[in-house]
Amino acid sequence: MLMSVTAAHVWLIPALPLLAAGIGALTPRVGRRLAAGAAIVALAVSFLLSCGALVTALADPAAHLVHNFAWFDLGDSAVRLGWLLDPLTAFMCVMVTFVGLLIFIFSTGYMHEDANFTRFFCFLSLFAAAMLGLIVANSLLLLFICWELVGLASYLLIGFWFHKPEAAAAGKKAFITTRIGDLGLLLGMVWLYDATGSLLFYDGGNGVLETNALGALTAQFTIGGLAVSTAIGLLIFCGAVGKSGQFPLHVWLPDAMEGPTPVSALIHAATMVAAGVFLVARVYPLMTADLPLTGVPLHALTVVAAIGAITALLGAVIAVGQSDIKRILAFSTVSQLGYMMLALGVGSWVAAIFHLLTHAFFKALLFLGAGSVIHAAHHEQDIRRLGGLRRPLRVTFATFAIGMMALAGVPFLFSGFWSKEAILHAAHGWTVSPLPLYVALAGVVLTAFYMTRLVAETFFGTPRSETAEHAHESPATMTVPLVVLAIFAILLGFLGTPAWPWLQARLEGRTEIHGHSLADGAGLMGLSIVLVALGIGAGWALYGRRPRARAAATDPIEGRAPKLFHALRQRLGFDELYAATVGRISDGLAALADWLDRSVWDGTIRFLARLGVFAGVVNREADEDVINGGFDAGSEGLRRGANAYSHAQTGDAHGYLRVVAIGFVMLVLVVMLGGGR
Amino acid sequence: MTKFPLLSLLVFTPCIGAAVLAITRRASASVARVLTLLFSLSTLGLGLVAAASFDPTRTGMQWIEQHTWIEALNVHYRLGLDGLSLVLVLLTGVVSPTALLASWRIKSSARAFGALFLLLQSAAIGVFLALDFFHWFVFWELSLIPAFFLIKLWGGPAATRAAYQFVIYTIGGSAFMLLGFAAIFAATGTLDFIRLAQEAADGALAESLARAGGWWPTAVFLGVLLGLAVKVPLFPFHTWLPSTYAEAPTGVSMFLTGVMSKMGVYGFLRILWPLFPAQLHAVSGVLLWLALGGVVLGAFAAMRQTDLKRMIAYSSINHLSYCLLALFAVSAATGGPKPAAHAAAAALSGTILQMFNHGISAAALFACVGMIESRCDGRRGLHDFGGLRTVAPVFAGLTGIAMFSSLGLPGLNGFVGEFLIFRGVFGLAPWAAAIATLGLLATAVFLLTFWQRVFHGPARGATTAGFAALSGVEYATLVPLVALMFILGIWPQLLARLINPLITTWAGHLNLP
Amino acid sequence: MSLSPLQLCLLFSSALFCVGLIGALARSNTILVLLGVELMLNAANINFIAFWRFGPAPSPATGVMFVVFSIAVAAAEAAVGLALVIAIYRHQKNIRLQEAVRLKG
Repeated sequence: MLMSVTAAHVWLIPALPLLAAGIGALTPRVGRRLAAGAAIVALAVSFLLSCGALVTALADPAAHLVHNFAWFDLGDSAVRLGWLLDPLTAFMCVMVTFVGLLIFIFSTGYMHEDANFTRFFCFLSLFAAAMLGLIVANSLLLLFICWELVGLASYLLIGFWFHKPEAAAAGKKAFITTRIGDLGLLLGMVWLYDATGSLLFYDGGNGVLETNALGALTAQFTIGGLAVSTAIGLLIFCGAVGKSGQFPLHVWLPDAMEGPTPVSALIHAATMVAAGVFLVARVYPLMTADLPLTGVPLHALTVVAAIGAITALLGAVIAVGQSDIKRILAFSTVSQLGYMMLALGVGSWVAAIFHLLTHAFFKALLFLGAGSVIHAAHHEQDIRRLGGLRRPLRVTFATFAIGMMALAGVPFLFSGFWSKEAILHAAHGWTVSPLPLYVALAGVVLTAFYMTRLVAETFFGTPRSETAEHAHESPATMTVPLVVLAIFAILLGFLGTPAWPWLQARLEGRTEIHGHSLADGAGLMGLSIVLVALGIGAGWALYGRRPRARAAATDPIEGRAPKLFHALRQRLGFDELYAATVGRISDGLAALADWLDRSVWDGTIRFLARLGVFAGVVNREADEDVINGGFDAGSEGLRRGANAYSHAQTGDAHGYLRVVAIGFVMLVLVVMLGGGR
Repeated sequence: MTKFPLLSLLVFTPCIGAAVLAITRRASASVARVLTLLFSLSTLGLGLVAAASFDPTRTGMQWIEQHTWIEALNVHYRLGLDGLSLVLVLLTGVVSPTALLASWRIKSSARAFGALFLLLQSAAIGVFLALDFFHWFVFWELSLIPAFFLIKLWGGPAATRAAYQFVIYTIGGSAFMLLGFAAIFAATGTLDFIRLAQEAADGALAESLARAGGWWPTAVFLGVLLGLAVKVPLFPFHTWLPSTYAEAPTGVSMFLTGVMSKMGVYGFLRILWPLFPAQLHAVSGVLLWLALGGVVLGAFAAMRQTDLKRMIAYSSINHLSYCLLALFAVSAATGGPKPAAHAAAAALSGTILQMFNHGISAAALFACVGMIESRCDGRRGLHDFGGLRTVAPVFAGLTGIAMFSSLGLPGLNGFVGEFLIFRGVFGLAPWAAAIATLGLLATAVFLLTFWQRVFHGPARGATTAGFAALSGVEYATLVPLVALMFILGIWPQLLARLINPLITTWAGHLNLP
Repeated sequence: MSLSPLQLCLLFSSALFCVGLIGALARSNTILVLLGVELMLNAANINFIAFWRFGPAPSPATGVMFVVFSIAVAAAEAAVGLALVIAIYRHQKNIRLQEAVRLKG
């Protein structure tokens, strides 16, 4: 049955969680088992379907199996959407459904006491559906639709504890910050639509990622001499910057930790934030289309590499100064996503996806481990107030340590090592600039350092608060997923070692595997191993050897460089900077718009109205005085004249006759004197 | 024509309802409400009949009714239905009954309210179906009268002022339009939209107008433009809107934003654009900026509002400006060097879908605010609430869906129209699309601020006293609208198939002078 | 000096007219005033007849026709006049014209 999952069927993978979300939305609060059960079963079936899809995809890894259909008519054509099945899709689906499944199971324990349990699983399922839809989409439009729905689910889940003002604010911040990037993506999408007449990725030669369209896009140039494909690529990359928490839109991701920890693990570490990386990887033919062009001012990938490098370093540096366990992990996520972008930028999308997959497992592991710690320590998240947890939380500690070593890149055994090596090699091979390599190497030291600090502060030393002293290991629903994830955090690396790069080969659509001897890149590998050792050593020297005694004790770095440490703790002031610039500008624009409305436009109308009223007054005065007055005066004169004349009417008939007689005589006289003529 | 007079029935059934209500003096309030609702539902029922018998493969008018009315003036009673009118009739059919349900609990004289409301509904349908300027204008102006009384008599504390402002502003605009059409009549001797559009396409209309003087076509165009611009409203003729929408009773606000604002856009599409293509093209650069002003400044102004109804009113300005933006972009690109039929088709489809979608989502948002208002002693300030989601989760969910539909979340109805508009405008005037994204961003900011302040956080202000659960009538108001948001968001083909032939024809005839 | 018949007639009618005028102006009895008016009318009638009879181009019956009409009008006038007199009498219990001044303006 699994063999028969084809492109026409992949829609079932997102549809099942969507159905579960619908069930969850309509289930009353008491139906906890129903909502959680539906969500888990749906995702489990999706996982099986994904495995079937993977089998199908790997049978012919070079093929892009598609199933396209019309969504609605538009003019003489139609807006079309479609499903896509290729190794990238299949690997991502398997990863998302598997990690998601573990996190769902973990959540049943973690969220056990929450009143809105059913709603939580509804949102989680909605998220899974949207994320899977994003992965299987064969249309940038469908991808964008799911992309926004993923953002919605993220918003709802960050603000899940909406009665906390910080959580509500963090949700809003996340939605709006990512939407800034999404607007770029929207513009890129409509531009692409306009330039190629399609948004389907693969469509039998007519898709936007196929040669015809790419040729057309690189043949046209736009503002600043950029190839159209570069401009579109950069706009699409804006979306990735927002979603993947890349500089300069990284500010929302640490705040997103206000959400429940399983959410942080699933959405803000393992899957959704990686969607940006996935997006760039998905449209990689577009992003690389401009590379053969010479004489263009910029290639899209150069920007990707630069942003990735900046973010990788920035996230790692800031993580050093944080003391909230989830925020450290959040900045670590920012940094690791930077690594992935860097890998994309230097031309190795398979390295990026390899790191994405390994990162998903070990970062989910770390977040769930952190969740287990927080759960055990009654929602204490400050590492200064934890400490000494390795004894009560044995499983959590062991698995967390595996995750930490994977993230730090401890050699050979852990998956993070191999995927990071792949990125370093790719950066090494980039001919444009050596800077990304240097930045990546610096990041390696910092990563090892802050992760050592995190583990040392949390699990070593002595408990530094009431809650830390009374911590107990979490229930099996929470520890079993940890163990499973830990196993994968180790094993997954062996899918893509330089000696046997199976994953890379399949992603690139090759069936044969060209392994290298490890000795080929030994110099770089040796350097990175030294750097990891340096980072862990420094971390242990500062935090492990002499553990923190009290919660309020000064941080060793703070003691040595207080200004630097404060700057790091304040996240280098990005939030303040944005509040002072973007925030102020938008407030100012709002005030301007409001003022224009109230004063200028409404003022003009009021002025016109006054003018009208004034004209009315003038008119009334004119009516009263000139016209009415004139008539009155005329009538009065007439009346007076009539009065005066009526005195001639004596009523004396003799008088009248006399007048007649006199008149007659006068008449006769006139006639006679006039000679009768 | 001996066919069944479906369109006349559509127009006049609510009118008959108003008459029935007017004469049944002894009907109790509840009987009056039910009667009103039934007559109001006739539009939906007949509209669905029309949609079912509508032949979407045919362009041009269907179900045409034509009778000579005033022979001496060459005035005919002409009704006709094409995709555009059908969509708007259906919108009226959906919004009117829900608006009535939202006004179910009005305190005084349900009978008068119902009669006036039905009259308003009848006038709106008349506007959407009339094909002759004479009675089109009668319906156009007739709609103001019941609206005036509905706002003045059942509105908020400053309703009288708002009602006067609304009516005088709108009449001020349409007076110029009337003059314009008087000139057209004098020049051509007909008021038939279709014939005039043909003459305009041949260039004969401008020629006949120009016989009176070279500036006449422009003057007439500006007059008609002004009348429509006030109605939509086009920035900066929008200042009547926020206070009117805020002061009107909830159901009337729903109708005003859901249906009446569409009358203006309809006028642009049915009259101004076909009759004055060259003139519109000449000023479309300026108009594009005005529409952008509506999109961007409307959204930013909404960010500053503390009255929830005013905020949603501003969001209406923003949303309707997208429709006009698309139309002006099409007009600006008309006859340009670049054949852009696909972009134009997208922009025009987007305009029509956006009209329908905005009608649904803005009406739903007004209904939601009205429900808050009615429970909290008429308070509807942004800062008066907090934590409403804790006390009323279902209501919060429904409001949230309406809100996300309004900010264009994919999967809900608002997205399709906005996407098509952006796709079209980008193909015709890329810079305008780029600037307009600011409006999308600001919309997200203020709607989420609304949501966060009112629904999130700890219970505060008016909500601490509790919040009664939604009644059956209130569910009946919101649930159909919300269901439509989902249906049209997932399956836009339902509407797209009705308008597509029309859009194809329009987009195909763009190489005008 | 010899007078033609026409001149004689005109002299006679002038005298009659003067008698009537003086009567109408001088008498205070309303009926006598009416009589005076009738006399003047008859003077005019005599003139009609005279000019018809002795005129330069006597045509059949024109003068007579005028007079017949004039007499008919005079009869009507007398009827109205007498009715007015009776009304005045009812009002002021006499028919003195000097006292009938109620129409004074």
